[in-house]
Amino acid sequence: MADDQSYDLTRFKATYFEECAELLAAAEETLTRLQEGGASADDLNAVFRCVHSIKGGGGAFAFEDLVHFAHVFETSMDALRSGRAELTPHVADILVRGNDVLGDFVRAAQEETALPADHGADVKAQLASILTGGTPAPAPKPAAAAPPAPAPAKTGFATWTIRLTPAPGLLKTGNDPLLMVRELAGLGDMDVAVDASRLPALAEMDALAAYLAWTFTLVTDKGRAAIEEVFEFVAGDSADVVIEQLGDAVLAEEGDGWGLFAPMPPAADAVAAPVQAAAAPTAGAHPPGAKPAGGEAGAGGIHTSSIRVDLDRVDRLVNMVGELVITQAMLGQQASGFSIESHPELVQGLQELSHHTRELQESVMAIRAQPVKALFSRAPRLVRDLSTKLGKQARLVMSGEGTEVDKTVIEQLSDPLTHLIRNSLDHGIESPEERMANGKPAEGTIHLGAEHRSGRVIIQVSDDGKGIDRKRVLEKAIEKGLVDRGAQMTDEQIDQMIFAPGFSTAAQVSDVSGRGVGMDVVRRNIQDVGGRVVVQSTPGQGSRFILSLPLTLAVMDGMLVAVGNERYVLPLTNIVESLRPTAQQARTLVNVGDVLTLRGDYIRLIRLYDLFGIKNAITDSTRGLVVVVETEGGDRIGLLVDELLGQQQVVIKSLDSNYRPVEGISAATILGDGRVALILDVGALRIMGERLNRAQVEAAAAAQAAE
Amino acid sequence: MSDNTIRQFISFTIGDEEYGVDIMAIREIKGWTASTALPNAPTYMRGVINLRGAIVPILDLRARFGRNATETTPRHVIMVVAVGSRVAGLLVDAVADILAVPAEDIQPVPQLELVATGFLTGLVTVEGRMVALLDLDHVFAFEDMDLSELNAEAAA
Repeated sequence: MADDQSYDLTRFKATYFEECAELLAAAEETLTRLQEGGASADDLNAVFRCVHSIKGGGGAFAFEDLVHFAHVFETSMDALRSGRAELTPHVADILVRGNDVLGDFVRAAQEETALPADHGADVKAQLASILTGGTPAPAPKPAAAAPPAPAPAKTGFATWTIRLTPAPGLLKTGNDPLLMVRELAGLGDMDVAVDASRLPALAEMDALAAYLAWTFTLVTDKGRAAIEEVFEFVAGDSADVVIEQLGDAVLAEEGDGWGLFAPMPPAADAVAAPVQAAAAPTAGAHPPGAKPAGGEAGAGGIHTSSIRVDLDRVDRLVNMVGELVITQAMLGQQASGFSIESHPELVQGLQELSHHTRELQESVMAIRAQPVKALFSRAPRLVRDLSTKLGKQARLVMSGEGTEVDKTVIEQLSDPLTHLIRNSLDHGIESPEERMANGKPAEGTIHLGAEHRSGRVIIQVSDDGKGIDRKRVLEKAIEKGLVDRGAQMTDEQIDQMIFAPGFSTAAQVSDVSGRGVGMDVVRRNIQDVGGRVVVQSTPGQGSRFILSLPLTLAVMDGMLVAVGNERYVLPLTNIVESLRPTAQQARTLVNVGDVLTLRGDYIRLIRLYDLFGIKNAITDSTRGLVVVVETEGGDRIGLLVDELLGQQQVVIKSLDSNYRPVEGISAATILGDGRVALILDVGALRIMGERLNRAQVEAAAAAQAAE
Repeated sequence: MSDNTIRQFISFTIGDEEYGVDIMAIREIKGWTASTALPNAPTYMRGVINLRGAIVPILDLRARFGRNATETTPRHVIMVVAVGSRVAGLLVDAVADILAVPAEDIQPVPQLELVATGFLTGLVTVEGRMVALLDLDHVFAFEDMDLSELNAEAAA
């Protein structure tokens, strides 16, 4: 029995923490909006509910610190939403920090680590100060009693009877009557009477059902709203709650107002109470109390049409659809010999199958895909906080927030993106004075953008700062022994040095960046999800970091090409054209290597057989085919292959789940005949090609020198 | 666990030698199917195959032990094993036997053999034959081994 309980608890805890993460994220998003001045009553209510839910669950698991902090936070939010305190930008900042600290507590509880006893104490004090420091007007003590009417509607002590009749399923919804009783008791002096009449015989009792009902007699100076709030999460759904005021209120005019509720029959009241309350502003004497209650009812009524699904299940679905696509491709290949005249049904059926498969596949992929918005939403705050810290002025421009990326990729991107934004602010954007001196606006701009390109997701972080100081980078690289003194390096190569492990040019190590781990980690994280990071920089004008990420698990349109006995898939989106060059077009230039002239442009020719060490391939470019492809950076290269085998939809399969990433290969796929084909990574091929070319040129030079 | 635990191994041959893999690590045994070569991979990486939708790397155990690459025929066997969260295939000549060995009979590997030593966890003698037990983690340590080898290749 005890084992069962603890087992269940861990499961519930896991769900709780999952929910907390979502709630915190939702609160953060809303708070950011508040910070920007777009506050609405709904937003305040939303944050309040988030904090309240976290507190509620935390109480159930006895996370005392968390609950304590959440309570202060909640109280402040309550004051704000009921208009007892004013939402100023300063207050919004405090709230954002409060959310952070709350996140710390949740994490600490999740990891079962202890935070310092005074963790977040300053923020807690600030939160508490919202209550007092808000409005200069003498804030009336009772909750929800800041009447817009000039009449000083002071609620004195009143006696209330509250009947709480939980529905049998109350406990299963995660609510605990005991917590409500405790909270209620906190409002004033209370007597409790238990109604155990619903208790069945022991043998028939369901341990998970709620049988008891209570009648509380409460003497309090708090208003009705405070009492309603206690039952906020159960009223109507999982419990009947009847709140009545006994006898005369201390203030007669209020008695009339409450009279509205008095005659309600116990059965109907629970649902009706908030609704009635919402209608009260015209009739009752308690408009402010009613308002949030109405808001709650309204917001609570919104049914989010989403369900929580285990990621494994989605993955199974994705895999199965992948298999289906392959089977369909195989059938298509087998049936390609049949003409529509001889087998009309078969051919038509296969076409439909192909159509449906594609649609199914897209729908399934959409389940895992999430807009990068979740990732970007943290950026505005980061930029704001950091620019203040660094004494710089920067604004953030975002684009393509709706671009959808696979969930795993999003998770992996969070840290690199933070690093890149930090880097742009710390090293890129100059101080306002320096910018003015250089004829730039004092305020720097950081652009964060996402888009789909070439079957990959491109995320860019660019700034209009001073760009990479190549001279200093090179000096530093030499100093650190990363480059030999006197080595010839192109600008591009120097720029890439910033990704070298342990590299940092910051003269002073700041607590923002400059420890020399950032860029290295960025590159590794990106590579871990099969991506690449490229930097482009123009001195004086700024830098641009381009992250190119695969749309993992996706199906892609590819072109099957043959090289020797091997077959590879080229993403169709990369392909510009293909041609068989003439002898005039394909040249080998001294110190440069193979190039292709195409309508006046020079394109680097990469011999795939050479790069991959493939035997039996066509080595004469005038006899093979050159596929002109475009990389994410916009560069064009020509890939020499033997021939094109045809266009095909392919399912992307990870190579590194069982092996490890292979340079030049983005993933693998399974062809119609069941064999594996590798998908080429055009951007990486360009880099490999240049390296190979350089090595060959150097080798040739060395050979010449030896002669 | 005490030493008289019986451990089970599946043994297979490479040439005249017999090796064993813990039966719990083995997912399936299948005949040789053509693999797709991986570019710039060491010779012992035979490439990847499609195993019911998963891309599985195949390692030529003979070549892994520093000998020539196996010349494959349809009679060669791929032992599909799980190593950690990964699934990989071992190309071997033939499957030999299922062995039940008391744990106490497993002898440590003498530090004599040059290349193969690191790949073994122990030796057992079964009916007069010596069977070397494989350390799969080590055999499939892709990250460490391949890169150093490739770098050496590139430097050469």
